[in-house]
Amino acid sequence: MAPEMVEPEATPHLHLDIDRTGQAVAPDATGDPVFEVEDLNVYYGDFRAVQGATFTVYEHEITAMIGPSGCGKTTVLRCFNRMNDLIPTARVEGRLNFRNVPLYDPRVDPVEVRRRIGMVFQKPNPFPKSIYDNVAFGPRVTGMAKKKGDLDDIVERSLHRAALWDEVHDRMKDSALGLSGGQQQRLCIARAIAVDPDVLLMDEPCSALDPIATTRIEDLMQEIKDDYTIVIVTHNMQQAARISDRTAFFTAQLDSTTDQRSGLLVEYDRTETIFSNPSDERTENYVTGRFG
Amino acid sequence: MAKARLIGDRTSRVMVQAMERRAADVRGRVFQFSLLATLLISLFILGVLIADVMIDAWGLLTGRPGGFLSGTMRSLSDDPKLGVQQALVGTFWIAVFVAVLAFPIGIGAAIWLEEYAPRNRFTRFIELNIRNLAGVPSIVYGLLGLFLFVQSLGDLTGGKSIAAAGITLAILVLPIVIITAQEAIRAVPQGLKEGAYGVGATKWTMIRSQVLPYAAPGIFTGTLLSMSRGIGEAAPLLLVGAVSGRLGGNPGFFDLSAINAESFMAMPVIIVEWVQNSGRDPGFAEAAAAAIVVLLVFVILMNAAAILLRNHFEKKRG
Repeated sequence: MAPEMVEPEATPHLHLDIDRTGQAVAPDATGDPVFEVEDLNVYYGDFRAVQGATFTVYEHEITAMIGPSGCGKTTVLRCFNRMNDLIPTARVEGRLNFRNVPLYDPRVDPVEVRRRIGMVFQKPNPFPKSIYDNVAFGPRVTGMAKKKGDLDDIVERSLHRAALWDEVHDRMKDSALGLSGGQQQRLCIARAIAVDPDVLLMDEPCSALDPIATTRIEDLMQEIKDDYTIVIVTHNMQQAARISDRTAFFTAQLDSTTDQRSGLLVEYDRTETIFSNPSDERTENYVTGRFG
Repeated sequence: MAKARLIGDRTSRVMVQAMERRAADVRGRVFQFSLLATLLISLFILGVLIADVMIDAWGLLTGRPGGFLSGTMRSLSDDPKLGVQQALVGTFWIAVFVAVLAFPIGIGAAIWLEEYAPRNRFTRFIELNIRNLAGVPSIVYGLLGLFLFVQSLGDLTGGKSIAAAGITLAILVLPIVIITAQEAIRAVPQGLKEGAYGVGATKWTMIRSQVLPYAAPGIFTGTLLSMSRGIGEAAPLLLVGAVSGRLGGNPGFFDLSAINAESFMAMPVIIVEWVQNSGRDPGFAEAAAAAIVVLLVFVILMNAAAILLRNHFEKKRG
């Protein structure tokens, strides 16, 4: 289900996107909000990992979350598909809407949430199965493919989409563990998009990869962002600057009452604003390399 | 202008000497040697035991191997019909009981503890007690079996029967099965679980498709080793009524009526029995040695099966 194209609306936030070839593309407008985060607090037991984050993720965009270690960016990302539910002590307060549905409403089924909001992890985590079975896993468990042929189609399409098909089409039955790190991560992307999600969450997807594999993944993200909304956590500021439309800068702030550090969203804006003209001094110090 | 040399001729000579002289790592060598020694000591003791038993058993096992396997309990050691069939039948069916009862219950409990149980004081209390149960002397399980399965539930088990003994030994190995299965399940990488959840798998699908296949080799190794331990136990069987001496019938391997028949025999018990008899009839020492060899082969075959299964599942794991 390709998300419908949003007609550009007249908006004061017009800006010029520069794509990777350096060519100017038409100024675009803001799409529909996908995630609306308002005063989000995340606790692990008594420890407050994230305090009062408020921002909105828009569709067809790549939203990057950057910041030093321990700033809560991964925690926020893992709230988006309720992956934090797997941590028994984790608790979420505040508003977190996904396309107007409150994600933490008791009536919401986390399994369905995770089918619609796919995730790619920091360390490539292919299943110890064949390449084919890795990609087919999601469609199988969610009952997407009614016929064997459908499944073959989905697997092939997903591998094409993840720019991996040419490298693996003649060894689909081989173990996925025999692939290189970069190939494994693209396989994980293929696995995530095989269930046709609305959003892709990526948790430092390139941190375990070499520069060439990183470039391939970044190119891939640009190619698929027409069909998906992408939220990426990255330690690499250049990566955020290269690929993202918007950037959220988090920092770890010392809470004087509890003497614990907790994550704070400092600034959220268009990526070029964050990197060229940030409004907060902490953001400027971070992106210019004076801190963190 | 030539740069000043960092190292002069003399320093260079000393450096070369120092690097070429291998320092004698005495402590390291001693440690390595003592490790090897501990291994050799255990292997030596095992070797002596096996050799001793094999020498005693040789005459009987080479003389009439078939007759010994199909023979029954006799009062005289030179009786040509002396053999271990009744005991083998008993041990075989006890093993079946352990496999059918202890494996599913133990693996199920392990899955619950690792994947479903809330991490609270109650769960920790349960886990602590499972660990304690694994250390309880086997004779205590025999007492439990005697009161529970022989007396209270005698109508179901047939009293002092293979069924009562099988259930007792299943409970004896249950804590070990749970602990080893738990360890195998805990070793499943979190990344695999998250990967499965990430594409919309339910908890059950995640467990079935990721946790169990990944943990299968470890679970099989652990459970079958615990089984080997269980069927070698004599003490609890003595309490739940493996008979000595006056076993009338000689049931075939697949004579199901023997399972809850009053009185049965098992390999470890027949060994104890014959060793005791060797006082009045020295020929029984040879028979006991032969029975030990039969039990050893039984256990080795079972471990071989465990290794084959483990390799099979490991290959599937990729």
